[in-house]
Amino acid sequence: MSHPMNRREILKLIAAGAASTTLASCASTPEARKPLARVIVIGGGYGGATAARYLRLWGGNHIEVYLIERNTNFISCPLSNLVLGGSRQIDDLTMNYAKLRELGVIVLNDEVVSIDASKKRISLKKIADLDYDRLIVSPGIELMHEQITGYSAEAQKRVLHAWKAGPETVALREQLTSMRDGGVYVLSIPKAPYRCPPGPYERASQVAHYFKQAKPRSKVLVLDANEDIVSKKGLFLSAWNDLYKGILQYVPNQEVRELDAMTGTVKTEFDTHKGDVLNVLPPMRAGNLARDAKLITHNNRWCDVDWLSMESTAAKGIHVLGDATLAAPAMPKSASMANNHAKIAAAAILAQVLGEAPNPQPVIANTCYSYVSDSEAVHVTSVHRYDAEKKTLLTVPGSGGVSSARSALEKAYADAWARNIWSDTLG
Amino acid sequence: MYRTLIALMCALYGSFAMAQATDPNLGRNLAAACAICHGTNGVNAGGLPHLAGLPREYIAQQLRDFRDGKRPATIMHQISKGYTESQIEALAAFFAAQPTR
Repeated sequence: MSHPMNRREILKLIAAGAASTTLASCASTPEARKPLARVIVIGGGYGGATAARYLRLWGGNHIEVYLIERNTNFISCPLSNLVLGGSRQIDDLTMNYAKLRELGVIVLNDEVVSIDASKKRISLKKIADLDYDRLIVSPGIELMHEQITGYSAEAQKRVLHAWKAGPETVALREQLTSMRDGGVYVLSIPKAPYRCPPGPYERASQVAHYFKQAKPRSKVLVLDANEDIVSKKGLFLSAWNDLYKGILQYVPNQEVRELDAMTGTVKTEFDTHKGDVLNVLPPMRAGNLARDAKLITHNNRWCDVDWLSMESTAAKGIHVLGDATLAAPAMPKSASMANNHAKIAAAAILAQVLGEAPNPQPVIANTCYSYVSDSEAVHVTSVHRYDAEKKTLLTVPGSGGVSSARSALEKAYADAWARNIWSDTLG
Repeated sequence: MYRTLIALMCALYGSFAMAQATDPNLGRNLAAACAICHGTNGVNAGGLPHLAGLPREYIAQQLRDFRDGKRPATIMHQISKGYTESQIEALAAFFAAQPTR
């Protein structure tokens, strides 16, 4: 990164196909084979994996890309509510990083101990320190259990969030299948912003769908800390009214402040509710990796970024992606957005390596499907364009919207969305 | 008044198009957002239209028809309204130039 002009000139020569003798004569020297920059990506979710992939797709061998991920597999949060509803298995949502490796990404199954932004160096648990030219941090979310009295480490063994797809998803499904018919499942939703705005309402729908099929005397009780349904309100209300009347009850303005895992009780400001299965989503913030690297700038929870490059406003040379960012106005914390953030960052980093200005007007689009049963789905979509005056991404007036009605066709599109975003993210 | 507005819009559009013409990655960067449903570089992984290698004018016309409500859609009428005419042109040119596999 210290000689961008030289690199730029080299790349221009390569692009033009000129000076072939010069290139050919030095192609065998180690110097010529050296990549122009090393980018380390930490976190192999939708944001990080997409960034690693697009840096290689767009930058080829000129960019050396590391992807550090502590889990061996990628498990998709989108569609994981279907595991609770019974129409998908966790294995359907479990993928690996083999195709990223084929593309030349150096995927390390390791955990980052610390980031030194001034030395541009990271420390890892298993291997020696690594230097970087650019760092991408895609840390996901941390659940703030401490905000709810009684949500201790012990209580967390019994009361699950299942808001990170994986073993908890399977364990919550087991709690539901072993629950008595006539039991109550309580889902509590924190105040926005949280990961996946429509996710809790989809989950309520999926559990209600399962009860309707298998345990028709059981109930779903949704306690929402928000004053109303946060996303796709009309579509969820109509699905609940048409499909789950008498099974699903929705109560707004119910912020859970305390729980008792042994008695299955949750307390809000004025009310106490009991359930056979408690599924309490605590408030959320950017992942610990972001906190430890001092990237959290807003409200002790989220990371501010420059939306032209996704570079942290708190640390030069470090880009932050996905749910951990302080979202631009009306931008959801979603897999679609994390995937799109990654492409803004990849393009900006490549431009920077070449000594060029980043794209002055990124345009990205969000598409989120929610399954309201095993056979029908709904969507919300939005297009976000960079506003140079306000220095953020704003939704384009007149664009975006939600489904006109739930349908089987949109369920097929939701399945196709999943196949395509998985292959776009992982190869 | 109306004429002045049109003239102003043309001038703005012209300068915008020129500014965009200088960025060789414009189409690539815009098209990257479509990949979550239509596949990387428009090569579909299954279940939705494959865009790579379709004729440029066909792609542009479909986007305009979605935008103007001439082609019925579940979602594309909402997404296409987020793009300017020159962005539609850039998207169409990018996808048309992609290998089909």
